[in-house]
Amino acid sequence: MTSPAGYTRTAIALHWVLAALIVFNLGFGLYTVDLPLSPQKLKLFSWHKWIGVTVFALAAARLLWRLGHPPPSLPDAMKGWERRLAGGAHALLYVLFLAAPLTGWLFSSAAGFQTVYLGLVPIPDLLEKNREAADVLRFSHRWINYTMAAVIAGHAFAALKHHFVDRDDVLARMLPFLRPRTR
Amino acid sequence: MNWLPPAALAALLVAFPAQAQQKIVPAQSSIKFVTKQMGVAVEGQFRRFDASVAFDPAKPEATKAEFEVDLASIDFGHAEAETEAKRKGWLDVASFPKARFVAAEVKPLGGGKYHARGTLSIKGSSRELTAPFTLAESGALRIVEGQFPLKRLQYRIGEGAWSDTDTVADEVVVKFRFALPR
Repeated sequence: MTSPAGYTRTAIALHWVLAALIVFNLGFGLYTVDLPLSPQKLKLFSWHKWIGVTVFALAAARLLWRLGHPPPSLPDAMKGWERRLAGGAHALLYVLFLAAPLTGWLFSSAAGFQTVYLGLVPIPDLLEKNREAADVLRFSHRWINYTMAAVIAGHAFAALKHHFVDRDDVLARMLPFLRPRTR
Repeated sequence: MNWLPPAALAALLVAFPAQAQQKIVPAQSSIKFVTKQMGVAVEGQFRRFDASVAFDPAKPEATKAEFEVDLASIDFGHAEAETEAKRKGWLDVASFPKARFVAAEVKPLGGGKYHARGTLSIKGSSRELTAPFTLAESGALRIVEGQFPLKRLQYRIGEGAWSDTDTVADEVVVKFRFALPR
C-alpha cells in the first residue's frame, strides 16, 4: 500500500470539526441529562441531538474520504504493538462515532420523541415507543459515550506523547501550524 | 312470573332500562393526546378512564354521555415526564384527579359522522367544546372515534416556565376511541 506524505486538507478539517463537536457534545450531554425537567432541558436536548446527527454525518463522510485517501504511514520507530494499538483505537473511534449518535437516535425513538434535525428535517423512527427498549438504549448510549471519552483521551495522550516524547511529526501532520518551517 | 327472584328482576332492570346505559370495553378503547415539543409531535395516553353512554343511533339527539379520565394513569413514555405531568404546574392530579367531559348534545351530520358538544373540565376549569366523531359497527361493538384540539393554557396545564409555548405548544390534540356494546 502506498502511503501519502501527509493528510489531505479535507481530512484535517474533518478531524478538527469532528473533534470540536464531539468533545463539546459529550460534556453538553452529561450536563443536560442531570438537569431537572424544564423547557430549557427540552431545548438543550434537541440541540444535543442535532449536534449528534451532524457528528454522524461528518464521521461517515470522513470514513468515506479515508477509503479513497489513505492516511500517511506511522513513524518507522513505532513498535509492532504500538501500531496495532493505534490501528485498533482508530477503528474503535470510528465505530463509536457512529454508534453514539445511532443509539441516541434509537433511544429518542423508543422514548417516543422523534429526532427532527434542526427542527426541520424529521428523521424516521426505526423503533416504536417502548419503555424496555428505551431503558436499554439509554444505558447503551451512556456507556458508548463513556468509552468514547476514554478512547479520545487516550488518542490525545498518544498524540502528545508522539510530539513531546518521541519528537516525531505525528501530531504536526494533523496540526500543520506545528510543523517546523525548516521542513 | 311471580317466582322470579328479586335479584334476577333487578338484573333485568339494569340490563334493559328505558334508555340503556352502555359501559365501554376498555381493552378496545383509548384516550390519546399529542403534544408538540420543540416542534416534534409526542404522543401519550391515559390508561384508565370510564364512561357511561346512552346512545341510540336512531335517536342521536337523545344521547347522554359522560366520560371520566383518571389523570394519574398518564402514560408518557418515560417516568420523568409522567412525574412532571402529575405535578401542580401541569395536571395537579393530587387536587384534580379526574378530567370530565359531559356531552350536552349530539348532532348527526350524515354518513356515520357526528358532532358532540359538551363541557370539558380539567384542573378546575370548564370549557365548552365540540368534538367531531365517527361511528362504525364492528361485530358486537360500536366504535366511536374522533379527535379535537384543546388549548392547554386555557386549563392552566403547564404553568410557570412551562407556559412557554415555543418549547411545548399550546395546542394539544386529544384522540379518542370508545368501543361500546351494541
